[in-house]
Amino acid sequence: MDLSLSTRNVSGPGGDRTVVEVGGEIDVYTAPKLREQLVELVNDGSYHLVVDMEGVDFLDSTGLGVLVGGLKRVRAHEGSLRLVCNQERILKIFRITGLTKVFPIHTTVDEAVAATD
Amino acid sequence: MATVELRFSAQPEHVRTARLVAAAVARRAGVEEAVLDEVRLAVGEACSRAVGLHRSHGITAPVRVVLAEEEKTFSIEVGDEVPTSGAGSTAASADGGAATEDTDAEGEDEMGLAVISGLVDDVEVSTTEYGGVIRMSWPATSVVATTP
Repeated sequence: MDLSLSTRNVSGPGGDRTVVEVGGEIDVYTAPKLREQLVELVNDGSYHLVVDMEGVDFLDSTGLGVLVGGLKRVRAHEGSLRLVCNQERILKIFRITGLTKVFPIHTTVDEAVAATD
Repeated sequence: MATVELRFSAQPEHVRTARLVAAAVARRAGVEEAVLDEVRLAVGEACSRAVGLHRSHGITAPVRVVLAEEEKTFSIEVGDEVPTSGAGSTAASADGGAATEDTDAEGEDEMGLAVISGLVDDVEVSTTEYGGVIRMSWPATSVVATTP
């Protein structure tokens, strides 16, 4: 299954957030598309991103690398990148690589949009 | 001992095929359903790494995946053809390429190995003058052969 991407803007208590809904498989072949999308958003001035991964069937280290790259980019503009994920098999990858300490991971998009810190 | 061997050109789009084949053979070999996700991820990581190595070193040879169903284990070997030429081998891709991309690629390569070693208990990474091999194995309850 290929990667699907869609974005929408949502207003939260901390200001506007851009929700990136990702579906399908994020791997060595599809991750560049996600990277392009994140780079484009940051270049267009969206510095507070919520990446909704509920529709992701597969994620590998290439995908993790893209998310870390996205986080670096938004942080350069004092922005944020939050993830939404409840799937144990995806969460496990964040856990074994220690990235649960790097990314705020939320259970719903509403919770991620509402988060301020 | 049943063995399935797969060779594919070092293109990222073929890594998914390798994952699907590995999961299918692992299921047949009697690897637990709960572990299949790990097999899929680990073989994907190993193949992505091999594809990256072949591409960064300009190697046109295919990446090799050997899936072996043994009595009580299921093993996967992913082989690349990037020889080690001493300690400086990982820097070999730096010639003329964009420095930042190479750094990213090396970072992803290390993350891939980190994921594999976090997932798989039995893993060996070896490199020779002919290339590198990642060998991983999982317990399998041998499925009794049934006639269709």
